[in-house]
Amino acid sequence: MAIATQTREMSSREMNNVEAVRETLHDALVRDDRVLVMGEDVGARGNVFLITKGFLEEFGPKRIIDTPLAEASIVGVAIGMAMEGLRPIAEIQFADFIYPAFNQIVGEAAKTRYRSNGDYTCPLVIRTPYGGGVRGALSHSVSIEALFYHVPGLKILAPSTPSDIKGLLTAAIEDPDPVLFLEHKKTYRLVKGPVPEGHFVLPIGKADIKKEGSQLTVVSYGLYVHQALDAARQLETEDVSVEVIDLRSIRPMDRETILESVRKTRKLLIIHEDNKFGGIGAEIAAMVAEEALFDLDAPIKRLAGPDVPAMGYAITLEEEFMISTERMREAMRDLVNF
Amino acid sequence: MPTTIKMPQLGETVTEGTVAQWLKKPGDRIEKYEAFVEVSTDKVNAEVPAPVSGILREIIVQEGETVPTGAAIAVIDEAGAPSHAEPVADAIMAAPAAPVHVAAPAHSAPKTNGVPRSDSSLRGVSPAVRKLAREHNVDVTSIRGTGANGRITAQDILAARAAPAAAPARTPSAPSDGRSTYTNPIPGTTIPLTQARKIIAQRMVESKHTAPHAWTMVEVDVTNLWAWRTREKDAFERENGQKLTLLPFFMRAVVGSLAAYPLMNASFSDAGIKVHKDINVSIAVALPDNLILPVVRNADKLSIKGLAIAAGTLVDRARRAQLGADDLAGGTFTVNNTGANGSILSAPILPTGQTGIITMEAVVKRPVVVTGDAIAIRSIMNVCLSLDHRVVDGGVASAFLSDVKKRLEAMGPSGTL
Amino acid sequence: MRSQLKPQTGPGATTFERYGLSDEQLVTVLRNMLMQRIVDNRGFQLNRQGKVPFALGSEGHEAVQAGAALAFERGKDIFVPYYRDLGLVLGIGYSILDLLLSMFARGADRSGGRQFPNHFGNHDLGIMNISSIISAHIPHAVGAAYAFTYRGETGRAVLVTFGEGGTSEGEWHESVNFASIHNLPIVFLCQNNGIAISVPQSQQMHVKDVAQKAVAYGIPGESFDGMDPLISYDAVKRALDRARSGGGPTLLEAKCARFLSHSTDDDDRAYRSREVVQELRKRDPITTYEAILLANGVIDDAKIESLRREILEETNDATDRAEAMPLPEPSDLYKNVYAGDFEPWQ
Repeated sequence: MAIATQTREMSSREMNNVEAVRETLHDALVRDDRVLVMGEDVGARGNVFLITKGFLEEFGPKRIIDTPLAEASIVGVAIGMAMEGLRPIAEIQFADFIYPAFNQIVGEAAKTRYRSNGDYTCPLVIRTPYGGGVRGALSHSVSIEALFYHVPGLKILAPSTPSDIKGLLTAAIEDPDPVLFLEHKKTYRLVKGPVPEGHFVLPIGKADIKKEGSQLTVVSYGLYVHQALDAARQLETEDVSVEVIDLRSIRPMDRETILESVRKTRKLLIIHEDNKFGGIGAEIAAMVAEEALFDLDAPIKRLAGPDVPAMGYAITLEEEFMISTERMREAMRDLVNF
Repeated sequence: MPTTIKMPQLGETVTEGTVAQWLKKPGDRIEKYEAFVEVSTDKVNAEVPAPVSGILREIIVQEGETVPTGAAIAVIDEAGAPSHAEPVADAIMAAPAAPVHVAAPAHSAPKTNGVPRSDSSLRGVSPAVRKLAREHNVDVTSIRGTGANGRITAQDILAARAAPAAAPARTPSAPSDGRSTYTNPIPGTTIPLTQARKIIAQRMVESKHTAPHAWTMVEVDVTNLWAWRTREKDAFERENGQKLTLLPFFMRAVVGSLAAYPLMNASFSDAGIKVHKDINVSIAVALPDNLILPVVRNADKLSIKGLAIAAGTLVDRARRAQLGADDLAGGTFTVNNTGANGSILSAPILPTGQTGIITMEAVVKRPVVVTGDAIAIRSIMNVCLSLDHRVVDGGVASAFLSDVKKRLEAMGPSGTL
Repeated sequence: MRSQLKPQTGPGATTFERYGLSDEQLVTVLRNMLMQRIVDNRGFQLNRQGKVPFALGSEGHEAVQAGAALAFERGKDIFVPYYRDLGLVLGIGYSILDLLLSMFARGADRSGGRQFPNHFGNHDLGIMNISSIISAHIPHAVGAAYAFTYRGETGRAVLVTFGEGGTSEGEWHESVNFASIHNLPIVFLCQNNGIAISVPQSQQMHVKDVAQKAVAYGIPGESFDGMDPLISYDAVKRALDRARSGGGPTLLEAKCARFLSHSTDDDDRAYRSREVVQELRKRDPITTYEAILLANGVIDDAKIESLRREILEETNDATDRAEAMPLPEPSDLYKNVYAGDFEPWQ
């Protein structure tokens, strides 16, 4: 079983994803004086999902900063703090608002270590909720990972279970390089699970096999991991055995786990919410075709978001965009039967 | 020591420069870094600093003249102790480190996972099946696929390797010793289909079900042609290392008639009858377990000798299984030497996509009626034609065939190969 | 704005304001200006010789940079430069060799030959590493100033510089806004030479003085004569002292001039007449300052001459040494993308 588990005995409590983010941030603020949180409405409001509720009172306005409405400087000022020895956690209220900060993320944060040849570093975390299925419409539902995973110098994480969130967000805060931490907003309250108490980190760049199987490899991340698992479990009753890999880390990506799985099952289905063209699936498919062509017993398939700018407000438009568990099950079954 | 000064490269994309103005004249002293000439390019006008100190000895390029980057423009006699930074003064004025022409990184051999070049019998199976079939020595043609549309899956190969006897379980009556093959058929056995036989069967069915076949024939008096061929054959064989049969003569007549009757060199499609520009003649070659149709391209451009050599080469390569995909593609009309085995009448099946297939039957001496109602013994060769009735009707087909007959009967010892 | 042209002695003399600086410090200022001019020129010379593909010039900026450098406190303050700050980095601790290594893109350059020339950065000297993106560095400076406040460090300030064109960028405004809200110890120093590549100030902004923009953020703004090194020193020192003692940000505007084209890839004859440039050069900050020092007996001609010769020799030596050093190895391309050279997706 390739799941990365904590080997020492830790007590754990059941919580959902948003609580896991909250606990991780809180613990980091307590543990390390250099850590601070900044973003719109993170202070008095406690963040629009109540992630930082009470933090302002506990840690003070110097460490919990309600920034002006200005994404480029939320990231830019955080970069300066990071270069000067602090450990800022910058929040972009919704991933859809991240575009003004693109210059700072891609042109500055990603290149700080590289252009100074290691003289300066940028230990920065940028957290943001992404993804649809919450009636968020055109500007509160997008996925942004494909825009950034292309950039060397950045790390991109998208865990979707509470314990993965705590382990990886802690790792991100402690990482010496800039990390974009994506939280699927629909999973905030929807996904629950056990979370170990106390400090622990998961390695950045490792995927997790959430379910083992022998006839098909499914790679996914975010909300769809959970739907894929549902579909795979339903297929078990039809005697179909599907392996589900939760990517967790988009850059660096765990190619070894993917390749090992494909060599075993010989078939690959990638499922992601983001638009299909140029999405993460394209890179995975190219990599697998390059490295494991002669292990493939079927074409690599991608089940992904339609190539339209965003999902609409009307429920019919949102449902057309989002992929149902039924569709996933069909796609899995088709590929297994190929 | 005299130092040649070259035209500097003033800008990444600049390839030449014009001397705008000399700021020094021969005999003047120049200090290193002192501006001594003004150069203009399409990007900038610039004063160029001297790379060395000394006396300007000679001006090579005059004001207003344009020369390429790196060309000599002047000579300076260096004076005094040369500084340690000027090993070769030419180098100072040389173009800067070559701008970004990134050499492609050494091309590393693509990973093939140890799988060698494809074998035609494995076409159409997935990469995993190919690899597994090789690794476990399983003949894919002996496997029945359980995948979608009867596809052979990796599991099928693995299962076959695990239980080889289970594979041909659909032939319960076969006490075969496993050596019954197409070339060596044992009565009472069922010979598994090779890929080739499968394809032939598929194609024949497809042709018969698509093109409505019609048939016609003529008798051809090849007495003169035969005499001609007899006269030429020894010399030809000596000079070209291969036999001279009637085939090239026949092909020459056929391509002439095809040019006159282009509808016979066409294909039927729902969009219309495609009349081909090139005349590419397929030659039917019978192998022990296979039928192949290599193509002589642009056969109408070849002489009889050219046709003999082209056809002979193709047939030879076909027999040695050395034909490539190019040799088999693009045929527009087929010629079949059915007479080689003694046949006097054949009704061949059209290769898919062609409108006609013509045969040359055996040459048989017969008594025939000649001019004046006399009886003579002549060499007679039947020529048969199967045709696609969607493209041509009896009228065109017989006219074509008569034209072939006429050409053949006109060939004689006075002709040139 | 004050300026001083009248010598101390002789007819019509007035006292020249030395802002409490010793003779030695006054000469240090001149030395800085001469270094800037000579090293700057060397970049152009090397480009015209075809040895170096690119150079940026800063002629005309010598006074403001020498003055600011003197006001800067090494080991305490942080400097976030822009690409014309040759004199400032020399004044803060860069060596001439450092600059030549950068021009020749040698492996021994601080950035390993990665950065364009004039893209300064040196953690030991407190100079933050920059990119070519105008005003992308301003929020970084603000972040650094926040770190000082965060850690309760008084007596430290951040100096960040930019041209007047940089004050149009959104990130400039966002940064000044943030600094003003949090009363950060930072000095925003605009070196306004009136032209952003080819675009004159009148098309860059509606206000006459960049310093007026300070009003929007509720911080002090001051314009001064950036062609006078001592006036520049005074303005920058007062602002840095205010920042160091918790007085918050200041927006300073040094009025200076750019005598050359923007860079070796620009030809200013396309948008500026030679008469305009000649007129600008009449107030060469170096000759003006030398005249003041000479007239006031702070220095003599021989000393000026020996200063120039010394700097030229050091520059020549640095040029030869840098040129002889090797380029970075091709394999260096792959280093320092992440900590620990960590990139498994090769």
